[in-house]
Amino acid sequence: MTSQLLASGINESFLVVILASAVLYGTPLLFAALGELLAERSGVLNLGVEGMMLVGAVMGFWAVQRLDVASGASLALAIGVAAIAGAAMALIHAFLVITLRANQIVSGLALTIFAGALGLSAYLGNDLNLSGFPADHAFTPIDVFGLGDVPVLGPIVFDQSALVYLSWACVLAVGVYLARTRPGLNVRAVGESPAAADAMGINVTVYRYAHTLVGGALAGIGGACFSLQLTPQWVAGLTGGAGWIAVALVIFAFWRADLCLVGAYLFGAFSALPLTLQARGWLTGVPSEVFTSLPYVMTIVVLVAVSSSAAKRRLGAPAALGIPYVREER
Amino acid sequence: MRLERRLEHPRWLLVAVPLGSIAFAFLLMAVVLLATGHNPGATYRRMFDAAFFANGALTSTLVFATPIVFTGLAAAAAFRMQLYNIGGEGQFYWGAIAAVGIALYLGDQGVGSTPVYVLAMSVAGALAGAAWAAIPAVLRAFARTNEIITSLMLNYIAGLVLTYLIIDSHSYWRDTESFEGQTFPLGKAIPDEAKWPSGTLDAFGGIVVPLGFGIAAAVAAVIWAVYSRTRFGYELQVIGDSQRTARFAGMRLRRKILAVMCISGAVAGLGGASFEGDFAYQIDPTGLQASFYGYTGIVVAALARYSPLAVVPVGFFIGGLLNAGFTLQGADFPAGLVGVMQGLILFCALGGEVLVRYRFRLGRGVRRAPDTPSVEAAS
Repeated sequence: MTSQLLASGINESFLVVILASAVLYGTPLLFAALGELLAERSGVLNLGVEGMMLVGAVMGFWAVQRLDVASGASLALAIGVAAIAGAAMALIHAFLVITLRANQIVSGLALTIFAGALGLSAYLGNDLNLSGFPADHAFTPIDVFGLGDVPVLGPIVFDQSALVYLSWACVLAVGVYLARTRPGLNVRAVGESPAAADAMGINVTVYRYAHTLVGGALAGIGGACFSLQLTPQWVAGLTGGAGWIAVALVIFAFWRADLCLVGAYLFGAFSALPLTLQARGWLTGVPSEVFTSLPYVMTIVVLVAVSSSAAKRRLGAPAALGIPYVREER
Repeated sequence: MRLERRLEHPRWLLVAVPLGSIAFAFLLMAVVLLATGHNPGATYRRMFDAAFFANGALTSTLVFATPIVFTGLAAAAAFRMQLYNIGGEGQFYWGAIAAVGIALYLGDQGVGSTPVYVLAMSVAGALAGAAWAAIPAVLRAFARTNEIITSLMLNYIAGLVLTYLIIDSHSYWRDTESFEGQTFPLGKAIPDEAKWPSGTLDAFGGIVVPLGFGIAAAVAAVIWAVYSRTRFGYELQVIGDSQRTARFAGMRLRRKILAVMCISGAVAGLGGASFEGDFAYQIDPTGLQASFYGYTGIVVAALARYSPLAVVPVGFFIGGLLNAGFTLQGADFPAGLVGVMQGLILFCALGGEVLVRYRFRLGRGVRRAPDTPSVEAAS
């Protein structure tokens, strides 16, 4: 496909740049979508992804600026801190919806308001005095196997940062976990029919808590992709709706990890397109807002395309998604 | 400790729980403030002073309360029917754009009567908001697309439209004539006659009540009446409780989805019109996008338990918090505090909901057979 396009005269480097930056911009979406996927597979809808990402972004950035260790260790620590911060936010949601049986939609919205661009993430960014400084350490591309110079594939696959490789490992891990392991089977049971899972002796509460928290941790890492790689600095609200796109991605991906990867890179390409076009000075007559709105418009378009067919076949959505499980009331 | 479903919901709990939630949220916030090295007592005193007690505080609290009462009503109207329209933000922007557009147009035509402006701006704002809400409504009704995500994505798109109109183009809305407008992108101001009137309450030391707040209160009363006193409202409640029941009873789901989303959007758009007519007088893309009136409306609606009449006092209270956050912003008042506060109040309200629906029982398991509930209590 690529070679055909090249043969037909499309500028090679342009296509490669778009694909390489699709991976770069898709990575935060991929982390967040995988996290949401795990939570939803256990039956917990968490609309607080945007808030969890922002708190992960600010705390990851804090770790890089304030913990005085070597570059590599500092970045690894930052990812850990971002994951813990994201999980801590998810814990609030988990407690409200699993233990207190609150409405999952409203609780998720509350989490985004609490942690989001005007909430805790801004409070922390301000209180820890993080705004306006570039990151002391940031993730940079690593040329693994020395294959970065290979045409086309080199820049797209072999010249990415550690975060990108970590995200691939996560896709593999989540995919295998859900499809090939006993706990993975249990999660699916909890998401499809918690009453049956309970009767089998699976602890529904523990499974839901665990997957909501891991989902929060992955969202936190996704947020850190912004503050430690893409931007790389702390700006309040820097995710710009990526958390919501991640929620939509899970639906496009029919709740499957491998399709999350495809979807994330598709949306990564939409996010990268305006910058790439601008850098080349192409299509300057078109208002830049048209390109900036592309990821949002495409989210709606793809969601419509998926939902009309999904309505017919009920593709993949966990049957108990969004419904609290109360043993006494089943 | 176990949770046990309540068979009856005592009325006093419906008032006590939201108030208790707010008190508990302030307690939690005090912990956060202490943990980050601020003095909660002093911070709260300054907050309430700035919001409600200082000279002229109530007047500026109303400035913040008016838009969020509108967006709160918009959210309450839709959420009650389990339609999660979180596009209030974008519908509010479109209301503002349409209202300013019509006011500028009428100004160019030389219209001088304020009531004409108020009417035209309100209608234009409501229509624009309803039209923007119609997009997720149609997609939800005919393609079963999740309205949460589509309405939210449309917020970002509406925000980009604002930026385009004022910053990236020489549109009708942009001031290209004045000196400031030529050096810096600014919205064109609406004519003086188009500014909405306000009333002054002398009784409480001269509070200026904007016309928009009165309209918001009237809209709240109308929504309450429609939802609780008409057949339309009754059908909405049935649909909200059980779509299946509604379908079997022959209610038209699609029409109701379209109607409710458009009503919700119209109220949010009217909020945008009132914001321009009462306070802003021109499109300010950065200011509009930074104030998050649409999202705050969701907090207001949830705290009011989606009751339109309760939205007005709750909106006034949250407006006070916003006002305090705005007035006190600076080095010694933590940024983001108001957002954190809103989130905490919402969490506590959600948690408090459990107290309305369930009672806590200590001890494990059922020791004795529970009394057989009487038929009326169970229904």
